Amino acid sequence: MNLELFLPELTLAAVAIIVILLDLVIPRKGWLVVVSIAGIVVAAGFTIAMWGGSSQAIFNNMLAVDNFALFFKLLFLAIAALVILASTDYVSKFARFQGEYHALVLLSALGMMLMAATTELISIYLALELTSISLYVLVGFLKDPKSTEASLKYLLLGAVASAVLLFGMALVFGFTGKTQLGEIAQAIQALSLTGVLASPGLILGMVLMVAGFGFKIAAVPFHMWVPDVYEGAPTPITAYLSVASKAAGFAIILRVFYSAFGLPQWLSLDWGMLFAVLAAIGMTLGNVIAIPQTNIKRMLGYSSIAQAGYLMVGLATVGFSPAADIVGRSSLLFFLASYALTNLGAFTAIIAISNKLNSDQISDYSGMGRRAPLLALALTLCLISLIGMPPAAGFMAKFYIFSGAVQHGLLWLVVIAVINSVISSYYYLRVVKVMWLGEPASEEKVPSSGALRLALSLSCLGVLLLGIIPGFIMKLAEVAAKMFVF
Amino acid sequence: MSFNYLTTIIFLPVAGAILIAFIPGLSQRAIKWLAALFTFVPLALSIYLFAIFDRSAGAIQFEEKLSWIPAINAHYHLGVDGLSLPLVILMTFLGFLVVLISWKIDLRPREYFAWLLLLETSILGVFCSLDLLLFFLFWEIEVIPMYFLISIWGTGRREYSAIKYVVYTLFGSAMMLAGILSLYFATGSLSMVEIAQGGLAPFTAVIPVVAIFFLLLTGFAVKLPVFPLHTWLPDAHTDAPTAVSVVLAGALLKMGGYGMIRLCVTIFPQVAQQYAPLLVAFAIVSVLYGAAVTLRQTDLKRLVAYSSISHMGYVLLGIFALGQVSLVGATLQMFSHGIITGLLFAMAGLVMHNAGERDLRKLGGLVRQMPIIAVVFSVAGLGALGLPLTSGFAAEFLVFVGSFTSTVVSGIQVYTILGVLGIVITAGYILWMLQRVFYGPALEQFNGAKDADILERVYMFAFVAVIMLVGIYPAILTDVIKTGILPIMGLLGA
Repeated sequence: MNLELFLPELTLAAVAIIVILLDLVIPRKGWLVVVSIAGIVVAAGFTIAMWGGSSQAIFNNMLAVDNFALFFKLLFLAIAALVILASTDYVSKFARFQGEYHALVLLSALGMMLMAATTELISIYLALELTSISLYVLVGFLKDPKSTEASLKYLLLGAVASAVLLFGMALVFGFTGKTQLGEIAQAIQALSLTGVLASPGLILGMVLMVAGFGFKIAAVPFHMWVPDVYEGAPTPITAYLSVASKAAGFAIILRVFYSAFGLPQWLSLDWGMLFAVLAAIGMTLGNVIAIPQTNIKRMLGYSSIAQAGYLMVGLATVGFSPAADIVGRSSLLFFLASYALTNLGAFTAIIAISNKLNSDQISDYSGMGRRAPLLALALTLCLISLIGMPPAAGFMAKFYIFSGAVQHGLLWLVVIAVINSVISSYYYLRVVKVMWLGEPASEEKVPSSGALRLALSLSCLGVLLLGIIPGFIMKLAEVAAKMFVF
Repeated sequence: MSFNYLTTIIFLPVAGAILIAFIPGLSQRAIKWLAALFTFVPLALSIYLFAIFDRSAGAIQFEEKLSWIPAINAHYHLGVDGLSLPLVILMTFLGFLVVLISWKIDLRPREYFAWLLLLETSILGVFCSLDLLLFFLFWEIEVIPMYFLISIWGTGRREYSAIKYVVYTLFGSAMMLAGILSLYFATGSLSMVEIAQGGLAPFTAVIPVVAIFFLLLTGFAVKLPVFPLHTWLPDAHTDAPTAVSVVLAGALLKMGGYGMIRLCVTIFPQVAQQYAPLLVAFAIVSVLYGAAVTLRQTDLKRLVAYSSISHMGYVLLGIFALGQVSLVGATLQMFSHGIITGLLFAMAGLVMHNAGERDLRKLGGLVRQMPIIAVVFSVAGLGALGLPLTSGFAAEFLVFVGSFTSTVVSGIQVYTILGVLGIVITAGYILWMLQRVFYGPALEQFNGAKDADILERVYMFAFVAVIMLVGIYPAILTDVIKTGILPIMGLLGA
């Protein structure tokens, strides 16, 4: 039993508990942030120390410690840290439960780290539930009608999605007799084509799992919860949902579909096509519905549906490419990293602006370029990155993911995707236009705390770095995509 | 390691932009002087490069190559040859002069000059990049400054025009991105030089080469612009501030023509030959349609804008006649149109500024109030209609001679003759415009209108000097251009 391989997770769990306990005794709540960040840094240190080592399985092959999992663990830790930093302004408004807020953020990060590492259906489900239940509570944290409604909606739809996922897992288990992903893969390869066709339940199970995971990543048509939940949730949690929860969903989809259903080739072509179609629908629907939105959080909600569509182009590539080809996976990892930084940057700027305005209406952002030039500049950079224009990270991410897709015969999907990028420029630039061209409603400056400015500058710096010299992260993504335990 | 001229030329303006944007408490004067300094040095450097450019060697010179993104085999690869060097000079020249043209800007000058300098960097980057990803990166960056420059400092329906420009450009570049990705997939390389040398023959099976050619061409055709993708141009020009119109007409449109020669013709010589008749026909439609519509314009700037469509039609004609002389002519026409139309826009802007009126039906008799502007405007106009001794004549003559004698397209003589008719219409609208603005009875509402001041005379002189220099001694440029065109002729098998 190699407990040291489990140290990042243990650290995070311990810190979450410490934060709750500390909340009881200390009056200065700022320390909670410090302790949380310190815990994350320690956990990240453990994770980095493991990077590059040989892949290992722990807990009876239920968890994998490979570079793929480590890449995502680092990503989730970074996201959690940025979210906690960005929340400081927001959380200071709560009279109570600040300790719980930070602890829940840490616990859901723990769940996501487990999601990235699990290689077994039951632990996948458990990790997913740990993540989701923490997030249900966080979404309802404001306790106003909108936040409560969002939380209830998220809970109910999430429960349905979990049930669907569980049903799908049960079917897969029923037809293969295994829960371990590698063993499922062997069982499927032992079946002949006619054997699978004779037992359509296996395919049904696979499709139901797509539906269950599709809810997590906000893929159309499982996206109905997104706009309401994004609008109602506390803004830092919206940011958290839109990047971390989505990245975790993609991590688990990659893991399951690549290692359990990756072979034989006709099976992976099947689900590759499924994801390609979902991608095309998701991008188009998300972008078109985002155009008339007037609330910036709702708009970014639909934008995240569209971004999930671009990400699914990567999944489709994984399905279409031979198992040895890593471009689909590595481009997906790179896209997730750059999307996470971009969306966090955008939401952090929005947190600062909304705190001052008490409004999320796009029209209220009028003249922000003069009231808060640096915030507006940062938000502009992030929106440009979301469009996928250089010199921001979004451009490189799209270039990388699309180049993989073109290599595997998905030119049609790429053409749809690039046209979608043009459509999306319309609503992203509308925000830019309002900020820089509109007349300010007042001359008051927009204040922001040091922690928030730190989070914002870190994400913007990341967006620029990934956009101009992406080689290093691409290399990491390639290494992470290569080392993949069955 | 030798001095990295091209990197310095490309990134000096953006360095200036960063200084201007982030140094707190700069006075308006300081901002303008900084902008002038950070555009003058690239101009001086590019003229120096032009002087030391080795005219006997046809190869790419002043190359810089660094590994940039190993994962996708992308390089930071810069270099200029006879094709791109004149366009680099064109941009640095205009880049410096538009700072002078913008000297009277007082609305949010800090942002204005920062965007203007960023724009210069991105255009220079396009002309110098030899890596497709780098090329595309610079190509896309240009959209953002243009959007802000038109929508904040423009006039009229500026926000509509700005977003129209963005959507058209992004549509074109989306197609181009798909083309670049296909090209990258087909060859595994992003280097323009390698792809052009390697040829595409082994890869035709997977993605049709014709599809890639047209994906790229669409991107460039939007920019050039070619009928029927031109409708963004009159709006953008009419509503843009004067200096931005100068850059837009002078250098931005050239990115389209440059891209066509650099990528479409060089990488796909066979496809280019196959589809040349179609594209030549589009060129003639652009020439005649553009000229005819120009005749009907009543807005001074819109008139100059539409004339660009017609003139860029000559570029398209020269390119897809695919002859050595015609390609040299097309490149020279790009340079010459950049200077002449830049001057036309600058003069139109001056007239509008000093007379406070842009409607041709209300203008008249201004030669009395602004004789210098009238003379310079006339010189630019005569250049536009191709009068001998101006660069316009040299360029258009080469295009016509080249395409008339081209053997690639059968019946191109008829097209060429139709194209020459465009010149007649050009003479019509230019002279009619000059007459309506400057001649006729003096109108009393313009009595107080001023003529050009010292600064304006300086840049007018620079423009006119270049127009005359190239008109009298075109070989100064064509010697250089020829070294860039000859390798392409080799690829075309001529």
